[in-house]
Amino acid sequence: MRALTFAQRNRKEILRDPMTLLFGMILPLLMLWLFSMMAENMPFDLFTLRKLAPAIIVFSFSFITLFTGMLIGRDKSSSFLMRIFSSPMTAIDYLIGYALPLLPVAFIQMAACYGTALLLGMPITYDAIPAFGVLVIISLLYIAFGLFFGTFFTDRQVGAMFAIFVNITTWLSGTWFELDMIGGIFETVAYLLPFAHAVDASRAVFAGDYRAVLTPLVWVIAYTAVIFGTAVWGFRKRMRG
Amino acid sequence: MEIAIKELTKTFKDRVAVDHLSLTIGQGEFFALLGENGAGKTTTIKLLSCLMEPTSGDAIMLGDSISENPQAVKKKLNISPQETAVARNLSVKENLEFIARIYGSDKKEAEQKAEQLMDKFDLKDWAKSKGRTLSGGLERRLSIAMAMISEPEIIFLDEPTVGLDVRARLDLWQILLDLKGQITIILTTHYLEEVEALADRIGIMHKGRLRALGTLDELRKQTGQAKLQDVFLQLTAEEGTG
Repeated sequence: MRALTFAQRNRKEILRDPMTLLFGMILPLLMLWLFSMMAENMPFDLFTLRKLAPAIIVFSFSFITLFTGMLIGRDKSSSFLMRIFSSPMTAIDYLIGYALPLLPVAFIQMAACYGTALLLGMPITYDAIPAFGVLVIISLLYIAFGLFFGTFFTDRQVGAMFAIFVNITTWLSGTWFELDMIGGIFETVAYLLPFAHAVDASRAVFAGDYRAVLTPLVWVIAYTAVIFGTAVWGFRKRMRG
Repeated sequence: MEIAIKELTKTFKDRVAVDHLSLTIGQGEFFALLGENGAGKTTTIKLLSCLMEPTSGDAIMLGDSISENPQAVKKKLNISPQETAVARNLSVKENLEFIARIYGSDKKEAEQKAEQLMDKFDLKDWAKSKGRTLSGGLERRLSIAMAMISEPEIIFLDEPTVGLDVRARLDLWQILLDLKGQITIILTTHYLEEVEALADRIGIMHKGRLRALGTLDELRKQTGQAKLQDVFLQLTAEEGTG
């Protein structure tokens, strides 16, 4: 009950911030439109909607990391967290309260990106239904990163960290270029991180290639568990002062 | 029932922030905790409000130990932190309802309490204004109203009037005077005139230790000084300089 009340407050804080709309919704749609136009003049199929749209949806989740991290960071710097830490809420209440309102935001991002892709000419497919399920799991990874950044850094630091994070998530995810074009250490490092796996899982499920979903999804889930666990540990430590 | 602080100590690595603090605060008392920056006031408040675990010692808050039963203690208290700690994208009414609900009120009860507190703190005209649009004085008033909405038995006010103009400060003093006697109030402030106007008793901390404790008159007698400022300076002077 307390967690839901806290989640409601966080939902309002996030959705009433115009930056959420600008970065979380409009920017990914703009990129989807621009890159899909470039696809016509490209000699390879990376920017075709069937490859681009699943990757852009994952890219849009990076902003969920920013929203979560900034919210927790601001709550810390304004002492709002101190006020609610002195309430009878538990660590689990806090973490559910921070994570829960981001799921509908992720769902809106998925729906907006997929809807735009359909309008731009992506063929409609039943594979979108399981794809939305897989994307919800992937969104948890980005929520976990947000909890992690918010727990360990201030709101100003989160802004700076996000600049690095969004570059890592896009350059090392295979969204803008095929990772095997560079190969070597770059590709190895990219596949040691979860972002390329998230994009691979998203593309595979939208293509109906369910067997190719499992391995990258295991990577994503494992990273989510580790990052979430570290954030919970840090949060509990902070609660104890 | 009272607040009984027993040998409360908090150390950070090699620094002692609160050093064997022992004192008793009566139920319904308005107690002011004074000290220079770094004297250990905020750490003491964090310890008493269960935001931090003590290194040693304990405090019994109206019957419950901060070390053994922090959840029970948390239900009895609320806090108005140094920064106003208001949710910036929530309206005044939503801020109040939110705090009421995390302390266990249902939706209807939270609405009723929010209405009452907005009346009491003269916030009705700003009920729909977002936290980020409020002036410093209104934010402070809302911050204290948020601390009051859970009907705490103990309230901690950490520098509640910092940054306020004279009129806003006097308005807030009147609100605090109206609360006097109803609940136990523990105030930290650097404004000595605030202490003179509001507090029943004063504790003066220096380098984590309690240097003096008593009513204003008792402290005046103890030091031979007439003004609280001189009392404070004498009691917080370094050894050999005072």
